Amino acid sequence: MVESMPGVKQRPLMRAVVYVPLILTAIYFLLPLIVMLLTSVKTMDEIRAGNLLSLPATLTFEPWAKAWDKMGGTFTNSFMIVVPAVAISTAVGAFNGFVLTKWRFRGSELLFGMLLVGCFIPFQVILLPMARTLGLLGLAGTTGGLILVHVIYGLAFTTLFFRNFYVAVPDELVKAARIDGAGFFTIFWRIILPLSGPIIVVSVIWQFTQIWNDFLFGVVYSSGETQPITVALNNLVNTSTGVKEYNVDMAAALLAALPTLVVYILAGKHFVAGLTAGAVKG
Amino acid sequence: MSKSEPLKIDAVIDLPDNNPKDTANHPATQARTEVAKRGRRGTLELWLPKLVVAPSFLLSLVFVYGFILWTGYLSFTKSRLLPKYDWAGFIQYQKLWASERWWVACQNLLLFGGLFILICLALGVLIAVLLDQRIRIEGTLRTIYLYPMALSFIVTGTAWKWMLTPGLGLEKLMHEWGWTGFTFDWLVNPDMAIYTIVIAGVWQSTGFVVALFLAGLRGIDDAIIKAARVDGAGTWRIYTRIIIPSLRPVFFSTFMILGHIAVKSFDLVMALTGGGPGYSTDLPATFMYTYAFTRGQIGLGSASAMVMLGGVLGIVLPYLYSELRGKNHG
Repeated sequence: MVESMPGVKQRPLMRAVVYVPLILTAIYFLLPLIVMLLTSVKTMDEIRAGNLLSLPATLTFEPWAKAWDKMGGTFTNSFMIVVPAVAISTAVGAFNGFVLTKWRFRGSELLFGMLLVGCFIPFQVILLPMARTLGLLGLAGTTGGLILVHVIYGLAFTTLFFRNFYVAVPDELVKAARIDGAGFFTIFWRIILPLSGPIIVVSVIWQFTQIWNDFLFGVVYSSGETQPITVALNNLVNTSTGVKEYNVDMAAALLAALPTLVVYILAGKHFVAGLTAGAVKG
Repeated sequence: MSKSEPLKIDAVIDLPDNNPKDTANHPATQARTEVAKRGRRGTLELWLPKLVVAPSFLLSLVFVYGFILWTGYLSFTKSRLLPKYDWAGFIQYQKLWASERWWVACQNLLLFGGLFILICLALGVLIAVLLDQRIRIEGTLRTIYLYPMALSFIVTGTAWKWMLTPGLGLEKLMHEWGWTGFTFDWLVNPDMAIYTIVIAGVWQSTGFVVALFLAGLRGIDDAIIKAARVDGAGTWRIYTRIIIPSLRPVFFSTFMILGHIAVKSFDLVMALTGGGPGYSTDLPATFMYTYAFTRGQIGLGSASAMVMLGGVLGIVLPYLYSELRGKNHG
């Protein structure tokens, strides 16, 4: 759009007006990450002697080793929850989206609206009944229980993603295949699935980020051994016993952030697509 | 031939739930006998799509709608540590609105939510507009603005908690840089602690606003802007009169999403202040958690959850309704 504003890009003053706020805000956004990294490789003595941004005189990875000692198990727990929950909710969402766009029936729009409400409810309103239900099912405090909860309350989002994506796939493709005698699953596997690459990536990234970062379900429904990493991190940081080890806290926080940060750096474009998919719907 | 055939097949798919009167004189009667010939497999094919969405339908019915009713019922009982099911009327709601702590939580939500939405929007729009000025390092900057969105609120809370620790964090940094009179004790000051949640929340969510508005800005038709420029409009005028007003839908959905994040804010408070000092940074979400799960006040917790739901649906349902309606008509 700036092509149409030729005057703007030439004047150095205008450039400064554009660049200075951008760089200042960028520093604000980067600062916490830099502080976390620096703090996590300093000894406690150096932390007390220096300041947030002072460079470590000697690099130490002991805080990281300590953090891994305390959090390694919950890191694995989180993966045990995330991987199946993401796979199941994405697969079911894909089928739902397929039916809701290509095999519409009377009431299918209403059904979609009904599922969509699940995207908006504050989860506080289902916490207590879910706790009771998990207890009745014998799933209280288990990894299986947490997977179930994440699948159920993730479905609304995955269905929304796939539904909005498949709406744009021409109906003629499906109709032509039906004439040729292809059935429901054949059409899905042969025609729809090969087109779904981009939206599967979006859905997987969204669900991965959501479930990995979840705290509410984790803190209510997990027990000591099935704790996800966010709950463990919160416990570590907010225990008031003993000497506060800020370097270990920061290493642990970075550990908890690492998987989603890696996903974001590798697939940032799709990450943004997922964030905006719900908001700027076509 | 190939053009009329798909229509027939479509009509067949619709058979089971359309009423027979409509389909009796439908051109698809021929195709219907075809299906009859195909027999069992044909019938299965007709029901398959519904069978596929049935589990989601049932899950939503039970785990969303059923559970809401369940919580709703609990809010009308005297349940404490264990759920009881004797009807007790509005007693919990009376208790809720008589509770000083609940009022603090609601006021905090208004204060936090209002500031959070306002600052995120202002900062996000500003950054998006500046980024849209053909910036050489746009990709890098965008990555920097958005990475906090990938983090858990617990991580964000942990990081900011450390930086805001009085005596060690920013305070010490400023002292060593020469500003010895600098004090920043908001984290432990009951009157100011809620603003630390705003700071961390804005840090985490502004990149999201940038992404939404940048997409919106890139979607505006160049021709309109060129026409305005030919008419002699300056950059400021073009932005305030044409571009920003045309982004009204983006403003609206961003507002909805940020409001939603604010109401759901739970993790950030838990990690940053734990609701304290005292209960000065409680939000409805943390209030509900505290009463339902740590204080054994299931009835009161349920009532607070229902009030939260009412608040969210009051805002979201009209939006959802207009969205779905708009789609059907368009």
